[in-house]
Amino acid sequence: MAETHLSPRVIPDRLRSRSSRVLKSWESLLLVVAILIFALNSFASPYFLDPWNLSDATFNFTEKALIAFAMALVIISGEIDLSVASIIALTSTAMGLAVTMGADTPVLVLVGLGTGLFCGMVNGLLITGLGLPSIVVTIGTMSLFRGLSFIILGDKAYTGYPDSFAYFGQGYVWWVFSFELALFAVSAVVFGVLLHKTNFGRSVYAIGNNQTAALFSGVRVGRVKFILFLLTGLMAGIASICLTSRLGSTRPSIALGVELEVVTMVVLGGVSILGGSGTIPGVVLAAFIMGMVTFGFGLLNVPGIVMSIFIGALLISVIALPILWSRARRRMAH
Amino acid sequence: MAKLLKNREILLVFAIVALVFLIALRFPGFVAPSNLARVYNDTSILIILALGQMAVILTRCIDLSMAANLALSGMVAAMINAAFPGVPIPLVILTVVALGAVLGSINGLLVWKLDIPPIVVTLGTLTIYRGTIFLLSNGAWINAHQMSDAFKALPRAQLAGFPVLSWLSVVAVIAVYLLMTRTQTGRAFFAVGGNPHAAVYTGIDVGRTRFLAYCLSGALAGLAGYLWVSRYAVAYVDIAAGFELDIIAACVIGGISIAGGIGSVGGAVLGSLFLGVIKNALPVINISPFAQLAISGTVIIIAVAVNARTEKRKGRVILKKAEAV
Repeated sequence: MAETHLSPRVIPDRLRSRSSRVLKSWESLLLVVAILIFALNSFASPYFLDPWNLSDATFNFTEKALIAFAMALVIISGEIDLSVASIIALTSTAMGLAVTMGADTPVLVLVGLGTGLFCGMVNGLLITGLGLPSIVVTIGTMSLFRGLSFIILGDKAYTGYPDSFAYFGQGYVWWVFSFELALFAVSAVVFGVLLHKTNFGRSVYAIGNNQTAALFSGVRVGRVKFILFLLTGLMAGIASICLTSRLGSTRPSIALGVELEVVTMVVLGGVSILGGSGTIPGVVLAAFIMGMVTFGFGLLNVPGIVMSIFIGALLISVIALPILWSRARRRMAH
Repeated sequence: MAKLLKNREILLVFAIVALVFLIALRFPGFVAPSNLARVYNDTSILIILALGQMAVILTRCIDLSMAANLALSGMVAAMINAAFPGVPIPLVILTVVALGAVLGSINGLLVWKLDIPPIVVTLGTLTIYRGTIFLLSNGAWINAHQMSDAFKALPRAQLAGFPVLSWLSVVAVIAVYLLMTRTQTGRAFFAVGGNPHAAVYTGIDVGRTRFLAYCLSGALAGLAGYLWVSRYAVAYVDIAAGFELDIIAACVIGGISIAGGIGSVGGAVLGSLFLGVIKNALPVINISPFAQLAISGTVIIIAVAVNARTEKRKGRVILKKAEAV
């Protein structure tokens, strides 16, 4: 006992075998939860297991997950972006404005991507250029971006999107696999490779763990963060294209409160809200779990606002449980 | 340092006076004493809420759930009044202030006992509190005719020429000022936010201090809940939706540093008044009310940029992790 007190951090000669680490990881826990929810849903409703029904269920999370991938990188780097839902609103409004000027689908997509990138650039410049805290800046741009949509749209709505534009939110690539689901899969791979297999990804972790140390070891902290906010804006723009295409209309209140769901998805996926750790596979699983749960509730006729209580409670308990768990283990160890 | 803060408050006073002057150039009626009193009265609820948010921000936390807390407390006040019109109004107010404090203490406990980042806690409780209103009311509205006359009359009642609502905010400002400057708890708010590690060594319980700040912001949100519902004579799920941003904007404009430890009651009041003047001036100078959201967003960003420049002169702890408690 006394010895362990003298050297509390004993480094083992050999790391524990890979299989036991995999079993204990947050991601495998998520996988078990996902399977459980899937099973529960199929018992709760006889309509759940229909392939087309499952395909519909994916629309519940694909758009949010697109943003969650970029948000995961932002949060791992120790920052946060609360303005994503407002970027969706402003992007959608810009596309609606373009439609009234007679723009066709390719132009609309360019307008969408451009507006998203522009919003991300505004966030990035304020945060890295002026060195302001991201939480306040994005609270500010959250009301600024949505406020601009309100100024442009007021209490009106844009409709009348061209037929070909409907493909992004309603089209299918093959059989039951929608365009959005395919985009989700491609983005998951792209962001997974970016975070886990590139120098850029390593520098994101380095910044999140110790920004000063990262700076002194040659990571261009400002540039990396700027790119992350740019990416988040771009992904929010893409999500806005999908959502607008799926709904076929734009109101300034579109995607209200989505930032909360995106952050919940990222945190549920095992990304530390304090920065420095997290994985893309975790976020993918979390997206599936949240989508399946909300869709299951929908089949059981649970109102949307009750689901939001669930999301809020999920967000808090997902962070609280590991803390309680590690405390209980420490107490057992003593 | 004190001089610098003073400067900032004087600067804000000048900004507000200049703003009022500009509006008065085109609309002289705006500076009539009765209208200025009306603007203050209209800003009273924001001032009360900003005082609570200030205490929380001083301790390096943030409370995004204040508006949801306000709406839930307000709904409970309206429901009590609708079901039992005989219950005296002071008792209703006490109940919702206590309820608000309990809701705030939930935030505080999660931050204190579980070390969950404040922004996550209050983002979560924001949706939970809003959802609870729906569960309580089933989505129904409580309208003016369901509320007793005494319930609706209190904030409007005149006392020495001003409405009770204005007086209540004055009392809250004085009470919080005394708390902040004359009590150990008040000084602890500053110490915890200025340097949590140093605060621990001086014998301050950082977690408990944050908990108390959340209780204060919750109680003030509860009071504001009654005032809001009785003033506008309606209660439903979405009242004051998004108002948490206005509260934070008021604090940031008032020079309260989001990094904690810097701020003053005067700043919170002036920040609220600045927003209040803008809000009341928009319809006068014929700008669509839809522009208000974008304006508060812009003001938040400008204010935080200005704050950052004045705060840069402070020394900074570089190795935060190394000083782990």
